[in-house]
Amino acid sequence: MSQRQVLQVFEQYQKARTQFVQMVAELATRPQNIETLQNAGVMSLLRPLLLDVVPTIQQTAALALGRLANYNDDLAEAVVKGDILPQLVYSLAEQNRFYKKAAAFVLRAVGKHSPQLAQAIVDCGALDTLVVCLEDFDPGVKEASAWALGYIARHNGELSQAVVDAGAVPLLVLCIQEPEIALKRIAASALSDISKHSPELAQTVVDAGAIAHLAQMILNLDAKLKRQVLSALSQIAKHSVDLAEMVVEAEIFPVVLTCLKDKDEYVKKNASTLIREIAKHTPELSQLIVNAGGVAAVIDCIGSCKGNIRLPGIMMLGYVAAHSENLAMAVIISKGVPQLAICLSEESEDHIKAAAAWALGQIGRHTPEHARAVAVTNALPILLSLYMSQDSSEDLQIKSKKAIKNILQKCTYLPALEPFLYDAPPNILKHVVGQFSKVLPHDSKARRLFVTSGGLKKVQEIKAEPGSLLQEYINNINNCYPEEIVRYYSPGYSETLLQRVDSYQPLV
Amino acid sequence: MATLVSLQSRLPLIDCQYYYRNRTVDGYRKKEYKAAVKIQSWFRGCRVRAYIRYLNKMMTVIQKWWRGYLGRKHYRQMVKTAYLTMKMNFYNEMAVRIQKRWRGFKIRKYCFNYYYLKEYLRAISDTNQAIREALEEFAEMRGREKKKADLEKEEKRKQNQARKTHYLLSTKQIPGIYNSPFRDPDPMEFEIRKVRAFQMPSAAHQIQQTDYEDLSTWLACTSKRSFPRSDILPPINRKQCQGPFRDIAEVLQQRYKPLQPTLRVATSINSEKDAREELRREEWNNRVHDNVFLPFSSFSKNEKYVPMVQTSTKYNGISYAQKQFQEEEPTKWMSNKNCDTELHMGNRVDIQHSCTQHQQRTTYCLFLTSDNHFDISLVESPLCYYCCLCGHLQDTNVVLLPSIL
Repeated sequence: MSQRQVLQVFEQYQKARTQFVQMVAELATRPQNIETLQNAGVMSLLRPLLLDVVPTIQQTAALALGRLANYNDDLAEAVVKGDILPQLVYSLAEQNRFYKKAAAFVLRAVGKHSPQLAQAIVDCGALDTLVVCLEDFDPGVKEASAWALGYIARHNGELSQAVVDAGAVPLLVLCIQEPEIALKRIAASALSDISKHSPELAQTVVDAGAIAHLAQMILNLDAKLKRQVLSALSQIAKHSVDLAEMVVEAEIFPVVLTCLKDKDEYVKKNASTLIREIAKHTPELSQLIVNAGGVAAVIDCIGSCKGNIRLPGIMMLGYVAAHSENLAMAVIISKGVPQLAICLSEESEDHIKAAAAWALGQIGRHTPEHARAVAVTNALPILLSLYMSQDSSEDLQIKSKKAIKNILQKCTYLPALEPFLYDAPPNILKHVVGQFSKVLPHDSKARRLFVTSGGLKKVQEIKAEPGSLLQEYINNINNCYPEEIVRYYSPGYSETLLQRVDSYQPLV
Repeated sequence: MATLVSLQSRLPLIDCQYYYRNRTVDGYRKKEYKAAVKIQSWFRGCRVRAYIRYLNKMMTVIQKWWRGYLGRKHYRQMVKTAYLTMKMNFYNEMAVRIQKRWRGFKIRKYCFNYYYLKEYLRAISDTNQAIREALEEFAEMRGREKKKADLEKEEKRKQNQARKTHYLLSTKQIPGIYNSPFRDPDPMEFEIRKVRAFQMPSAAHQIQQTDYEDLSTWLACTSKRSFPRSDILPPINRKQCQGPFRDIAEVLQQRYKPLQPTLRVATSINSEKDAREELRREEWNNRVHDNVFLPFSSFSKNEKYVPMVQTSTKYNGISYAQKQFQEEEPTKWMSNKNCDTELHMGNRVDIQHSCTQHQQRTTYCLFLTSDNHFDISLVESPLCYYCCLCGHLQDTNVVLLPSIL
């Protein structure tokens, strides 16, 4: 046996291993193969290959593992139970960049499924090595580790606290400043995931100076980066007034309004979310947004998109209008009410309708002027039909009822109220009749119109329990008219007249 | 004694009498007693009643006064309270009046200022309009940019395609596939005509050596020049020629070997001159002083200090901080008299013409005629441009300016 023949055996073995790993990695990309691979015991075969002498085989094995774990949480759990994680973590610190990338991919794939799996990764001490990887030269490694950290932090507050404690935030902020778009994107998303859980975590991100860098990237051309940046800013701003003010101080207005005109739907959605999160805190912040023309931009944005993208914009209008009557007036002036009415009638999903109903209620509840603005857009009948409809969800019914009530209690625009006399249920009718009883004593034209349009007749037909509020309102209305008219319109008046004819003794 | 006896003799009589009298009295005693009691009781009753009557009378008096006193006191109190209430009511009413006015004023001024509200709403709608326009413009710009980039990309792709399929170009004899003789030529045909085909890199193209400026730059260079490599791959699958030839690969390697100039060739011919020049330049750069360094102990001693011309005045110069500048009186700068410059024939006169109508100021120059007049018509348009346009003359004034001939 020559030396060559001996070496040939090893060469063949190595070739076979390489081919096996590569094939497995290839097969793992297709979801339909996963089941078969799992049944064939691929996990136990891949595990020793992670410790192979040849780096290529190690990397490819890690890649295959990552793809498998990415597929579902059973396989991810199998990775955890197979004690593969410590190996990965150990080699994450030691190996070359390709291997680091693949190992970070496995960690990410495992951690994304559930908090328990992410906790398992944290328990292996992966965070420290991942944070070290964030300092790597290679942007690919940085990206992979930032991604893994983001997926771990995404689940809950404790996990993100663990990520923060590992010192990831300053490095992530450094990653945002790197030239690579992909890395920026991932780092921004990781920051967003960290800051979404609690004000303290968001404060840590802010303290690392993330806001200024994030705010700079709002004008970036890359749509996906913009999505992540806007989402991160909104996750920071959502917690408290201070944080929202910090975000505002980064001079994001009116730059962020340009994002509302973006081609990308999610950029629009995240931008409106950001504006909503800022607007909801205080009247001052809302005023600032109004002064920057944000309301108009949001309304235009609502008009230009459909479905869930609209939702944050609708809620933002509601929040702004809820703060004060001047702000609500600003929403009305910016032609927000017709847009909301369109949303209310156009949208198919209940929760968006509920949001629109709520926003309309917030706009209309301040003064008669506001209520009138809402009423003239014909939103009230839609709200009523939503309230009465059997198909609407409970939440939508409650929201639309509250909105109707809020608006009706301020509404003095009688033409809009009149249809309610005919088709409103008693609990709403009460408010309608109440409004009539308040307006009619002071308005002679309205009194006349009320009779001619048949409203008075309808009021006489209402069955009210004596002593109730409704009866009191009806009496108030009746007191505005001469008795004959009231009697004339009372139901059964013609019979009484005929009876009088019957009982009348002719004088001749 | 006789008296005594007489008296004693009367004793039994007295006894008898005493007895008798007592007896008669006894008979009336009870009656009298009763009568006496009656009389006494009547009298005493009268007396006591009179006393009580008296007491009652006094009591009434006391009560009358006391009650009167209390009543008056109460009344005074009541009057006081009523007065106070009235006063307070009045004050309150006045306060309400003041407060009403003030509150109305304050609310109207600061909270529900109608004009302010109107202004605010107008401002908001203006801002909205502006921001809508700006955003529209921005979106349009982005759209245009996108469109342009897409177009460029498309153009480039087409061009690339055309270059790739350049062999489909029609010739004079044979029409290409895009140039059917039965139809109008396809646009692709024109596209192909416009572009040039991908050129196969020729050997002549390859051996385009850069001139080596310096040995150092050549060595420091870590780009492709430092590692010679052939860009052209040798042809595959060429058959072995018959005969005693060398291996093809070997030949090709020799054939396509990049030029590796020797150090001598790579060096420029005037490198020696350059080096000298460089040396000289460096020396010139690094030199600080032309004079040779002299030890200061002996050199500066015998040299006399020569003061500067400016500081060597015999009058003491004023230090800069205290220097008084000449007083300025702008009113004296210009006299309000008309300038009476002597005007001679042929003198040049500048005319400043300022037009109040059009806020224009123009200066013209013209020459005096013989009779000390200048002919304004000599100038093409002595008036301001706008005046010429509108034929407007009356509001212009012409000022003569003295000028140097």
